[in-house]
Amino acid sequence: MAEKTKLGKEFTKGLIKENPVLRLVLGTCPTLAVSVSVTNAIGMGIAATIVLVCSNIVISALRKIIPSKIRIPAYIVVIASFVTIVQMLVKAFVPALNDALGVYLPLIVVNCIILGRAEAFAGKNPVLASCFDGLGMGVGFTFALIVMATIREIIGSGTFLDGIDSLTALFGATSFTGFTLFSNPVGVMVMAPGGFLVFGLVMALANRIAEGRGKPKAELDGCSGCPMAQTCAMAGGEESCDNKAKEESAS
Amino acid sequence: MIAIFLTVVLTENYVLCQFLGICPFLGVSKKLNTAVGMSVAVIFVMALATAATYPINKYLLVKNDLEYLQTIVFILVIAALVQFVEIVLKKFIPSLYQALGIYLPLITTNCAVLGVVLLNVESGYNFAQSMVNSVGAGVGFLIAMVLFAGVRERLEGNSIPKALQGFPITLIAASLVSLSFQGFAGIVENIFG
Repeated sequence: MAEKTKLGKEFTKGLIKENPVLRLVLGTCPTLAVSVSVTNAIGMGIAATIVLVCSNIVISALRKIIPSKIRIPAYIVVIASFVTIVQMLVKAFVPALNDALGVYLPLIVVNCIILGRAEAFAGKNPVLASCFDGLGMGVGFTFALIVMATIREIIGSGTFLDGIDSLTALFGATSFTGFTLFSNPVGVMVMAPGGFLVFGLVMALANRIAEGRGKPKAELDGCSGCPMAQTCAMAGGEESCDNKAKEESAS
Repeated sequence: MIAIFLTVVLTENYVLCQFLGICPFLGVSKKLNTAVGMSVAVIFVMALATAATYPINKYLLVKNDLEYLQTIVFILVIAALVQFVEIVLKKFIPSLYQALGIYLPLITTNCAVLGVVLLNVESGYNFAQSMVNSVGAGVGFLIAMVLFAGVRERLEGNSIPKALQGFPITLIAASLVSLSFQGFAGIVENIFG
């Protein structure tokens, strides 16, 4: 019973408390780039979750075999293999999503969430816990993407769930192709500035909620969230790169 | 060539228009000198990575129908290359290592570097075009970093609503900088079109 609640905790912490995007500030690039439509967000979220769960399982299973000195390259190979598999599956079964996500699909390889979880969790914990950690983080990532995409798609394109049939076609349903809400949308919201703006506002809201519950707000100080922080000469353990770089320039 | 360069620097700036390399953009742009150091290292690695991956892709992967291995091969080449450059610089040009070395490990997992290599292949550029595109992407990164570092230094002294302090206001500032880059849209087409 105790075992069960622990696994449940590994899963749920990724959803809200340690949400990878809104709390840990990881994986900002895909979050900003893909959240132009809810369909893309769901597709990207599922793809990243699959890679995250699989790579967490494999890395955790191999954690005693991989020498710690070359663990980062080893993790990258494992992650890249799964990304390639997912990429080929998406190309074959959901070509529309492949076109929509473009270069961001292979770029899951360098998504900080995945390498970050490998480094922070899967490399130190047993297989089952890592699997649930990956699942929770993946769902949390998808959740944050959907929140952003909902705001941006409704305001920026005047639609909701547009093109969802490319995903539901996998289950044989193609009749529902999304809502069209209004015809004079604010186009800038689906372009780059809108992405930054919505992310900033969502982040402010998340901080406000966290503060209301007495939690520290999400911080972005240099490399603290970066998976390379441990190995990186700049980070020097607990210090952020900014501090370190400041010292370097001062001396 | 010039059109490719200007497009990638201004209208399709990797950071501000295509969301590649956001992590260092937001993380290292607090101070101007670190921003410049990081960007120079990025230009350097982007050019090297393109020079290394282009022949590998053309003569090894495409020839043997192994294009599906691109993602794995490219990331490994970039990771190995960055390590190698770091070791070589440390040994032979310590002054340059002092300036750039601390930024190099960060760049391995920078999506802009892998992104530029993959986009070069996707756009079907030849070697010279790929190099121009990579250096241009790096220069675009430099411009975005420098501009944004300036904006952030200004932000520091201002009073900001409590909920927006820190990361959110940085993003909103990035939004405004990015908005200004949208103004370049169409310029390249009009000049070279």
